[in-house]
Amino acid sequence: MSMKVNTRQVDGITILDLSGRITLGEGSVTLRDAVRDVLAKGSNKILLNLGDISYIDSSGIGELVSAFTTVKNGGGELKLLNLTKKVHDLLQITKLYTVFDIKDDEASAVAAFTS
Amino acid sequence: MLRSAIQFDTLRSEDCFLADSTTSRVSLTLESSIDSVNKVEQTAEDYAQRAGFDEDSVPNIAMAVREAAVNAVLHGNAYDPGKHITASFETTPDDMIIRIADQGPGLDPDTIPDPLAPENILRGSGRGIFLIRAFMDEVHFRQLHPGTELTLIKHKTPAQPGT
Repeated sequence: MSMKVNTRQVDGITILDLSGRITLGEGSVTLRDAVRDVLAKGSNKILLNLGDISYIDSSGIGELVSAFTTVKNGGGELKLLNLTKKVHDLLQITKLYTVFDIKDDEASAVAAFTS
Repeated sequence: MLRSAIQFDTLRSEDCFLADSTTSRVSLTLESSIDSVNKVEQTAEDYAQRAGFDEDSVPNIAMAVREAAVNAVLHGNAYDPGKHITASFETTPDDMIIRIADQGPGLDPDTIPDPLAPENILRGSGRGIFLIRAFMDEVHFRQLHPGTELTLIKHKTPAQPGT
């Protein structure tokens, strides 16, 4: 199953609702392209909603890290929302849980972006 | 216990079920593609389920095997259509044993950077072997000249039925 992306705006924040698998190949490329599209349109405050991500591999983890550093290096912010237990556990064992700003409520996540 | 290996150039799901119902070991020879990675991962999940691993362990075993297959296809064979990967799955009364081999230049595990080190934590790659080691009980590397074979072993707990 490939990954799907739905893009929406809430209070100036771009929310990417992701579903499916972020794995080597299509999923990772889809995520990379989606983040690039957001940045190209002038928005650099991105919330990745991972609530419907069923599976992520090391390539997908790497793509999340690359998206985070790309946005941050451009002066923006990227946060993660609604981690499944599997993704949560993977970010814990790879010590990335404290690198990302992770939220479990959309309203508070949107409010946490600097204005 | 039958020890014969069954070779498939391509594996269909019905082949896998047929093979597993009559043998304790299956060996696949596949092209260097993402499709092969997905097939190897699915076979690992099927085997782990039938070996009696619990619902938490099965996806972890499948992920470890997927990462090994990704290494073989991407870093070992570099998607070379002239090279193949092999994947064998075996269940014993005590263990599930998976071997993934490529025909690449070889991999020295001692040269793999620690992905948890501060200088590597934000790298966009390099976590595959780490995840394999995190989810399996034993991981062994063997140089094939050319190529590398990874052996992944997951021990069954006493509560799990033998197959």
